[in-house]
Amino acid sequence: MTRLFWLLVLLLVPVKAPAEEELIAGLSRNRISISANFDGSEILIFGAVKRDAPAAEDPPGVIVTIEGPKTPLTLRRKDRMGPIWVNVDTVEVDRAPSFYAVNSSGPLRDVLTHTSDMRHSITVEQAIRLVGASGLVEDPSRFTEALIRIRERNGLYQTNISAVTVRESTLFDTSVVLPANLVEGVYTSRLFLTRNGVVVAQASAAINVEKVGLERFLYALAHQDALLYGLLSLAIAVVAGWGASAVFRYLQG
Amino acid sequence: MQIYLPIAEVSVNAFLLLGLGGVVGILSGMFGVGGGFLITPLLFFVGIPPAVAVATSANQIVASSFSAVLAHIRRKTVDFPMGLVLLVGGLIGAAIGIVIFNILRGMGQVDLLVSLSYVVFLGTIGGLMFVESLNALRNARSGKPPKRRKHNWIHALPLKMKFRASGLYISVIPPLLVGVSVGVLAAIMGVGGGFIMVPAMIYLLGMPTKVVIGTSLFQIIFVTAFTTLLHAVTNQTVDLMLALLLLVGGVVGAQFGARIGTLLKAEQLRILLAILVLAVCGKLALDLLLEPAELYSIAGAA
Repeated sequence: MTRLFWLLVLLLVPVKAPAEEELIAGLSRNRISISANFDGSEILIFGAVKRDAPAAEDPPGVIVTIEGPKTPLTLRRKDRMGPIWVNVDTVEVDRAPSFYAVNSSGPLRDVLTHTSDMRHSITVEQAIRLVGASGLVEDPSRFTEALIRIRERNGLYQTNISAVTVRESTLFDTSVVLPANLVEGVYTSRLFLTRNGVVVAQASAAINVEKVGLERFLYALAHQDALLYGLLSLAIAVVAGWGASAVFRYLQG
Repeated sequence: MQIYLPIAEVSVNAFLLLGLGGVVGILSGMFGVGGGFLITPLLFFVGIPPAVAVATSANQIVASSFSAVLAHIRRKTVDFPMGLVLLVGGLIGAAIGIVIFNILRGMGQVDLLVSLSYVVFLGTIGGLMFVESLNALRNARSGKPPKRRKHNWIHALPLKMKFRASGLYISVIPPLLVGVSVGVLAAIMGVGGGFIMVPAMIYLLGMPTKVVIGTSLFQIIFVTAFTTLLHAVTNQTVDLMLALLLLVGGVVGAQFGARIGTLLKAEQLRILLAILVLAVCGKLALDLLLEPAELYSIAGAA
């Protein structure tokens, strides 16, 4: 009996070290409404690490990403041609997220290895995909860097190091500020739990960002009944022009 | 007060847009230019995507031109027959211009061509107007009588027509040609063409400055209304919310502009327009010549 017990213990020891860990996550809201006075929004992401055995000594890494709808775009680079600056190179980006935020519990090089980053496309660099650029321009990676630089200035791409608070290796929470110039669509939030920079568990959730009220109505009309929308724009312009003229004539006596 | 624009998908300050519309409206009422060459770059600067800025400013120009033209009609400074002839020419020219634009786009570097032609045209027109109006102003001050309009080859052409408001009895061929060439340029450069049309009417057709402004506005209404519809139907890039904010400022500004215009002498108006045109030209030239702070730029989906 005791021998059997020791055998079981021996079998369990190697399993016990990397205890099975699972992520359970929640969002403060899974729906963001863009109304006429929309001025950005903050979203709170929180969760817990579920495990069968006690946690390992060192705290785990937690990385949270939020990604907006992906669209293709064109990047251009200017260079000097004679006395003037003109666009010389063009790179087509296959898919670039309209919004991207990465929040981590510690410096990225500590909580994420490059291999894991490549496999799960976690950092902004990995989320952007260039196509057919390598043959056309000298250094396509500079275009990616430029795209990130420009969008970071607008708050559209964010990397928030140590923005995730992890409590007792189990509970964690973080918040992401969504800027006012948000594009409509389904945003995905992904959560990664890492041990020694390797992803051991992940979870994801969707956030619906949509226009409501007047914004919804105008957008729908412009796309579904373009001619009517165009005529409506003209009618408003003519009425406003006539109105201003009438008011001024009245004021003049 | 921030307002989220449904088509542009950006959030902007409402008062800023009202102000922008107002300033451009004043210029429109004063000089008879639509102001597209001013408002479109200003909207880029605020962060509106270029396609939306171009389409929406056309809509706002309809409103401010309409407002200003009503003020000019009351003063009987609109030459309707002349406006119609120019309009017909302009529409033919725009159709030709769109074909040329597409050929150029196929060859690439269309942006550069647009910027260069802007600089060249604005520079030439602005410079010539500036010199001419400065001389006129100087002559008026020293009491010299203004030069009589000379009879030249233009007056020998057939199909003569009476343009009462302008006090002209000339062939319809020159105004038609002016309309066509402005239409071509406008379509290539993506503007209404008021700043080319106004000097062309003054110097090539010899119309009185005050009538030129009203008549130019009259034909701009139709050109920009057509552009607005075209953009709304083909690209869905007219932002009604943005247009509304701009045009509220614009229609009020246009009324003030038309009022200011009556207080100034024709030469003074021309010299101010010349300075404005030269300033825009200088800004564009600097953009081309100075090293940009950011060499890279993001364009929309190709």
